[in-house]
Amino acid sequence: MTSAAPTPTPGLAEPDAADLRQAELPPVMPIAILTLALVVSGGVTVAAQYGRAAHLTVPSVLMGVAAALLVANAVLLARIGEFAWPVFFRVLGWALLAYLVIAGILEYVFVYEHTPARLLTLFSALLLLFAVDVPLMLAYSVARWQPTDAA
Amino acid sequence: MTDIAVDTDVGAHGPPDARPASTPPPGAGGHGPPPVPSFNIVPVRALPVVGVVLIGLVVAISSDNLWALTFFHVAGGGLWTSLDLFLGLVLGPIMGSMTVPSRVEFTTKFMPRMLLIMPTLVAVTLGAGFQLARHVGNLEASYPHHGWLVASMVIVGVMAVIALGLLEPANLAVLFELKKPQPNGERIGRLMKVFIYTAGITGVLQIATIVIMTFLASR
Repeated sequence: MTSAAPTPTPGLAEPDAADLRQAELPPVMPIAILTLALVVSGGVTVAAQYGRAAHLTVPSVLMGVAAALLVANAVLLARIGEFAWPVFFRVLGWALLAYLVIAGILEYVFVYEHTPARLLTLFSALLLLFAVDVPLMLAYSVARWQPTDAA
Repeated sequence: MTDIAVDTDVGAHGPPDARPASTPPPGAGGHGPPPVPSFNIVPVRALPVVGVVLIGLVVAISSDNLWALTFFHVAGGGLWTSLDLFLGLVLGPIMGSMTVPSRVEFTTKFMPRMLLIMPTLVAVTLGAGFQLARHVGNLEASYPHHGWLVASMVIVGVMAVIALGLLEPANLAVLFELKKPQPNGERIGRLMKVFIYTAGITGVLQIATIVIMTFLASR
């Protein structure tokens, strides 16, 4: 790849400002994907014990680590200086709305099923992490390629 | 994010593998890069359909109706699997062979719809599936084939991470890139590859889920 050629060479593309900025950005996506993997693992671990006395230690630890990673990711994001924040918050808002609806439907299933309080609390926490982590990924994955002065 | 509808051109950063098509040969005069048709990132007119489907799902769960739950789970799961496989194994290679203007036009019409279709199918399949499994007793730890069900949950979990962590962000990033006055074709191509490949991977994982589901249904 070269940025010096005045005429683009077929088969090659010039890196633009967004490409050049990528190396300076924190590892938000890998951390967010890891967070999602922990949330899903926690959910599967709990669901696999349905109908018997559930051992909540492992899923609780998974949930705790996922929550810590999500907070760490938010801090990393907040420390980015130049970023397309208007685009980020626009996508984040709409995605939050969509994923809160999806999480709400799943929460409704658990409440409707009279899920025991301890399990319901854990499920609710996992759903909340899910409903925040996915929009964060979507918003970041869009904003990272936008011009920093995007308004 | 729903109301952006501007006409943009694929400029100097047009897709690399098709630049000869968008860059006129020297001395040919030429007619410039292919235009990006006006499009909405979220097809607002389809939102009521999504709302109706989700309301149907909630009614099916609250009524605990076996037919409705089976319908939502089987129809949603079947469509989800078919779309993933079709995308990864059929549409992906076809798109790769299309001209850039055709590909851009197809992407601007296809990707916004996928932004609504896939999350809806996933929510319907999983929501109805969980309730159906509880209804027929498959979810109970005492169910003889409980291990198989847990295996399917693990596969669905992996699919969810791939779909939400890679596929959907790529989908959205492509649409926003196409909204730029000068979309970066190389980036769009890269993101589209992520989208198509991850759709193919989740499609293959879906086959494993179908194997387990049909096994459980026949017991």
